[in-house]
Amino acid sequence: MEENIKQYTVVVFTEDKVGLLNRITIVFTRRHLNIDSLTTSESEIKGIFRYTIVTKTTPEMMKKAADQIEKLTEVLRAFYYEAQDVVSQELALYKISTANLSTPMEGLIRDFNVRILDIEKEFIIVEKTGSRKEVLRLFEQLKPYGILQFACTGQVAVTKPMKELETYLQELNKAAQKSNEIRSWKLKN
Amino acid sequence: MEKISGADAVLLSLIEEGQDTVFGYPGGAVIPLYDSLYGKRDKIHHILARHEQAAVHEAQAYAQVTGKPGVCIVTSGPGATNAITGIANANMDSVPLIVITGQVGSAFLGTDAFQETDVFGLSMPIAKWSAQITRAEDIAETMAKAFYIAVSGRPGVVVLEITKNALTSKTDFVYKKAPVIRSYVPYPEIPGEVIDKAAEMINAAEKPLILLGHGVLIARAEKAVKEFVEKSGIPFGTTLMGLSALPSDHPLNVGMLGMHGSYASNMLTNQADLIIAIGMRFSDRVTGKTSGYGTKAKILHIEIDKSEIGKIVSADLSVHGDLKSALSYLTPRIEKKTYNRWRKEFDKFYQMELEQVIRKDIQSKKPLIQMGEAVDIVSKKTAGNAIVVTDVGQNQMVAARYYKFKHPDTFLTSGGLGTMGFGLPAAVGAAVAQKFMPEDNIMKNFPVVLFTGDGGFQMNEQELGTIIQEKVPVKMIILNNSVLGMVRQWQNMFNGKRYSETDLVNPDFVCLAKAYGIKAKKVEYRDDLESSIEEMLNFDGPYLLEIMVDKDMKVMPFIAPGSTVDEMKLVSND
Ligand SMILES: Cc1ncc(C[n+]2csc(CCOP(=O)(O)OP(=O)(O)O)c2C)c(N)n1
Ligand SMILES: [Mg+2]
Repeated sequence: MEENIKQYTVVVFTEDKVGLLNRITIVFTRRHLNIDSLTTSESEIKGIFRYTIVTKTTPEMMKKAADQIEKLTEVLRAFYYEAQDVVSQELALYKISTANLSTPMEGLIRDFNVRILDIEKEFIIVEKTGSRKEVLRLFEQLKPYGILQFACTGQVAVTKPMKELETYLQELNKAAQKSNEIRSWKLKN
Repeated sequence: MEKISGADAVLLSLIEEGQDTVFGYPGGAVIPLYDSLYGKRDKIHHILARHEQAAVHEAQAYAQVTGKPGVCIVTSGPGATNAITGIANANMDSVPLIVITGQVGSAFLGTDAFQETDVFGLSMPIAKWSAQITRAEDIAETMAKAFYIAVSGRPGVVVLEITKNALTSKTDFVYKKAPVIRSYVPYPEIPGEVIDKAAEMINAAEKPLILLGHGVLIARAEKAVKEFVEKSGIPFGTTLMGLSALPSDHPLNVGMLGMHGSYASNMLTNQADLIIAIGMRFSDRVTGKTSGYGTKAKILHIEIDKSEIGKIVSADLSVHGDLKSALSYLTPRIEKKTYNRWRKEFDKFYQMELEQVIRKDIQSKKPLIQMGEAVDIVSKKTAGNAIVVTDVGQNQMVAARYYKFKHPDTFLTSGGLGTMGFGLPAAVGAAVAQKFMPEDNIMKNFPVVLFTGDGGFQMNEQELGTIIQEKVPVKMIILNNSVLGMVRQWQNMFNGKRYSETDLVNPDFVCLAKAYGIKAKKVEYRDDLESSIEEMLNFDGPYLLEIMVDKDMKVMPFIAPGSTVDEMKLVSND
């Protein structure tokens, strides 16, 4: 079991309704799945929200959880991807003490391709966009200088293999309509 | 158009949906609803339960017997929290309910106002859908959505929390039934090639076994299933919840599946080369140890809830969709066959069970009455023409094993949640449903017979009050072993007979019934058993029959926890 654990990026599209975040996380909680990161934003279509959730689990468990998420009434679709199928980035902010500031750090900042957002007497704030690994590597490098605050977005991701959301919506609309027809057939027979 | 109050909008929505009965209990937050109800008493009957949990169980039984969704109204705070067990119970057994709970005014939300609880949040993990309504103008649309979601696809419970201001403010009312919801596809289309593959699989099988679940009843697919079963010639077993889907004495019926099911169906599950699961979810009570389940079989799973497919037992082929339509395509594509040799194998196991278990249970020579004897007599006297309701425990398993069902939806029990205290209110709900049924409904004049334990009865015995208020002729049989029998059985078998907290000091149930003006009798001797049951069944009105039974009886056969289906034990060691 253990060796089959993989990192998954779960992408969930939902209607814009109160309480959905709660419902989605309940599925993870019930199956004892840790959420490594979770981001949410409006998708490319107005009124449809996109959740990007990173978790580690087995392929079987991932499928079961995704099915249970998709079952939620206001969830449009739930997909999951392995690492190679997503392009993802995180954005991290570091507030670093200037007390120990010296030239090697400035070099570091250059090497890591970070942006300086603010410089004050006691601290500087830098921004790094990159993979989780890069974000953490920079964290380790900055540690000796004294990290006063660290905040990170978690993974935002787009997927390589996926139809356009608009296509899914059209499919869903058709299926929901068809569903009503099947229901009428049932009620008559 | 004239504006109406939110409360009126709720009731008009119910009327639009053809609902004529609601179960409930009033309180501060729903006083406006009850006020509106007062003016519509001629259109909507309200059944006043004695506890909100019971009100929900009653609505559930009403739904199962009528095929319409059940509706329940409870107040905010304690009313809603009391309803929680009922909600979880109905949802686990896929019964459509609309539970309307009051809520404090929207201006007070989140302030810990008097009788405020977060019902919306509380109900999320245990309901199919829930919504909070804070404006009168949202009521009609949300109610229409609620009904559609509750009854369609795999049915379940919808919880609507309505704030007080939404009930009292004014709104226009336009009602549109069964709205299309793009994020919700309750009946997916079944691709033709899946049906073809399923038919191929069935036609190629040599030792196939059909499993029928509650889904058969929910989909109203009894006839379609009967045709399928009879054409295929394949033996079938049913889950606890699927028991009344086809008659118990159907020649292809090989009995109940699972923990206390028939010896034959369990022992031969691992001999089958194809398992055709129809509207069931492979509950652990059915599968035993899953890694040793259906070891030689391919699995064909026909199921409406996609998340159930592969959840417990992975399917070699799945047909995701409505049973009735699936079978309407599938049955014409299968060959007409018989499996005489295979069917006979079941008989061998049945004979063993008959001799070593069943006869001893229903024709006992022990000094004390066995539960099975009572169930058997009721079964013979009613000949399947009854609505049988159980509580949870030994009484439930014995009723499930020995009552012979003839008509769909005539067995009400708490399967998924196993809720003690379900029985009495469910019996009340079923009897209420009969009251308002059209005369041509076959169930209209069936007796409603409850089998309950002495423990479970006391979990909702206050519903005797509802019985006398509604004047429903429920026949209550308390199988009194003076113990929490099923737990005690486990203590006997797995805990070295250390009977920790399973002895009950009970009240005088006959006096209790009499306090409510309900006729009652206690039976202690076998000689009085049959005549007393007869008297109860013939009595015009509610009746409580307390039958003193053997507390050392064990429900057998039994698949011990952690064992596989074919490790089922036929008799207990002592
Ligand atoms: C609400 C609830 N509490 C506890 C249990 C655990 N439980 C299952 S069966 C049982 C014993 C039931 O005793 P009784 O009602 O007398 O029925 P019997 O088994 O004796 O027929 C208990 C305590 C349960 N199923 N439901
Ligand atoms: Mg008991």
